[in-house]
Amino acid sequence: MRLSDLGKGDRGLIRGIVPAGHDGPGEIGHDEMERRLLEMGFVEGARFHVLHEGLVGRDPIAIRLDDIRVALRRRDARAILIERDATP
Amino acid sequence: MSDAVLGTRIALVGNPNSGKTSLFNALTGARQKVANYPGVTVERKEGVVQTPAGRRVSVLDLPGTYSLRARSPDEAVTRDVVLGRLAGETSPEILVCVADATNLRLVLRLALELKSVGRPMVLALNMYDIAERQGIRIDLDGLAQALDIPVVTTVAVRKRGLDMLLSQVDMLAAGNTDASLAWHEPSAEEIRAAHREAERIMRSYVKPPLRPDTWTGRLDSVLLHPVAGTLILMAILFLMFQAVFTWATPLMDMIDAGFAWLGQMVSLYVPAGLLQSFLADGLIAGVGSVLVFLPQILILFFFIILLEDFGYMARAAFLMDRLMGVAGLHGRAFIPLLSSFACAIPGIMSARVIDNKRDRLTTILVAPLTTCSARIPVYTLIIAAFIPNRLVGGFANLQGLVMFGLYAAGIGSALIVAFVIRKLLWRSASEPFLIELPAYKVPDPKNVARGVLLRGQIFLKRAGTIIASMMVLIWFLSSFPGAPENATQPAIDYSFAGMLGHLIHPLLAPIGFTWQMAIALIPGMAAREVAVGALGTVYAVGGEVEGTLATTLAHQWPLATALSFLAWYVFAPQCLSTLAVVKRETGGWLWPSVMFAYMLTLAYAASFAVFHIASLLGW
Repeated sequence: MRLSDLGKGDRGLIRGIVPAGHDGPGEIGHDEMERRLLEMGFVEGARFHVLHEGLVGRDPIAIRLDDIRVALRRRDARAILIERDATP
Repeated sequence: MSDAVLGTRIALVGNPNSGKTSLFNALTGARQKVANYPGVTVERKEGVVQTPAGRRVSVLDLPGTYSLRARSPDEAVTRDVVLGRLAGETSPEILVCVADATNLRLVLRLALELKSVGRPMVLALNMYDIAERQGIRIDLDGLAQALDIPVVTTVAVRKRGLDMLLSQVDMLAAGNTDASLAWHEPSAEEIRAAHREAERIMRSYVKPPLRPDTWTGRLDSVLLHPVAGTLILMAILFLMFQAVFTWATPLMDMIDAGFAWLGQMVSLYVPAGLLQSFLADGLIAGVGSVLVFLPQILILFFFIILLEDFGYMARAAFLMDRLMGVAGLHGRAFIPLLSSFACAIPGIMSARVIDNKRDRLTTILVAPLTTCSARIPVYTLIIAAFIPNRLVGGFANLQGLVMFGLYAAGIGSALIVAFVIRKLLWRSASEPFLIELPAYKVPDPKNVARGVLLRGQIFLKRAGTIIASMMVLIWFLSSFPGAPENATQPAIDYSFAGMLGHLIHPLLAPIGFTWQMAIALIPGMAAREVAVGALGTVYAVGGEVEGTLATTLAHQWPLATALSFLAWYVFAPQCLSTLAVVKRETGGWLWPSVMFAYMLTLAYAASFAVFHIASLLGW
């Protein structure tokens, strides 16, 4: 599952970073995208909680990632593999 | 610069929002110098402080970053300064890694990366009081041992811990600072490994807060709410606009009156002639016409800095990202475009907040399309002269409607042009939008005041250099050569500006402009509203009373011409100062030229269409 598939309230664990269409002409490329995400704390094992969604198309999303808050577009969140917690 | 005299140089490095700038302000107080790094447009802030051992230390405030791998021009400066790669810049002997004590995870990884560079370094845990209040327990000795660097705690806004920090600097400076620098761009695997190491250090030496900050979450549930949050953002913007336009008016009137008085004094005490004209009409009137925007710029930056320090700007970017995304822009581009409603110059200056170079350029290129306040005098003059003051549909005033339409045309064209630029020039999909939403913090009044003053200083410096020289150029063109003895036309008609006006008039005739209008456009290059005064001069209207000028124009121009003139002012690059600032910000004449060309083309096309459609309709 990818972070882009989740909605407000979902929680889970970051599992990894995969290529997700950042390799087009003029784009930053997967390798750079991966490093940027890692530097922001999207490391394997980090816990997250989807806090907010934008007005149009529920995009972008704001999540709590371990102890910081990060906002990103769903398009970029597609690069993040996750494991969703079972809903209680 | 007295680099040689200053003993030690230290640099502050840290994540964005770590309180780096307040620490810099606390250390250096008023002893700051702001300039640009050579060749790039990133701001260079340097100050001086004396250590307990009496050492004079120069402090460099580097742009915030998450990593030495640079993504924006700002971050590239941080990397190059730290690594001593920036030409003309002596690299600092000691690094101070500034960390938000309440948010250590990401900065610990940065600290590990900085350490690998090989410079002596001290870690300053800033905002330590907030960390204590939240009950975060940090084992300082353990942390220092694990990182193998000294660790101090600071509260920059209360000036606490500064002595400890400076003592550490003293100790490091006394040691061997002759390190060899080593750094390579870390691979994804190395970043992961560093994260694991930072994670291990966190677990061992930092106990999570007993009383975590719940305010940020609570505020966000309102401020980031899809509907309520958007409405609040609109309300904040409305307040900002009100402030920029109403609070600034009395101050602007005072500045206007001040410069008018200065001009009169010059006319009284300097004998009539070239010098008087140069001083009164060139320098004083010219600089005055730009300086009058200072209050608006200060008020605007007051709001921007206040919201930035509070932590709201990242939220505004979140809320606006989708809308800006339609035009291919980033959520962050929202602030510069907003600022441009006061004046494109601060708007272009604040485009620095955009990481990506292309996004930043796109924003700069479209910023002058938003309706700046210098267009208002031109719009009001033409609307008053040509648009009947009557109700439409029983509730809307036609004049107000036209004004609204002109504003809408500005915003709409800015978004469309941004979209086209992306498609044409970059042809790339969007840059990732990935920003940290910092915890909310009560802004420190001193830091806000210092920030606002700094913006004012920068604007004044520009007004005093580039803008003043542009004004003098325009004055020269409008005054030379002087009118002959038996002149029948206003003096400006015989000047270079007049000649230019007559020269370009055939080009402007197809869009319905008279030769008087062509002439007025030349001095109007100084600042848009100067065109109003210039029209007054060429039509030789005795009094400066706008009503008189409006009536004259109403008799002289067909409606089609007036509408064409309005269309022209929506798009035309009628402001040399803006072009000069774009040159400064982009570091060359390429982008100002592109801007000039595309705006001129749009203006001509729009005026042509408006004039001919209106003429066909028999207006």
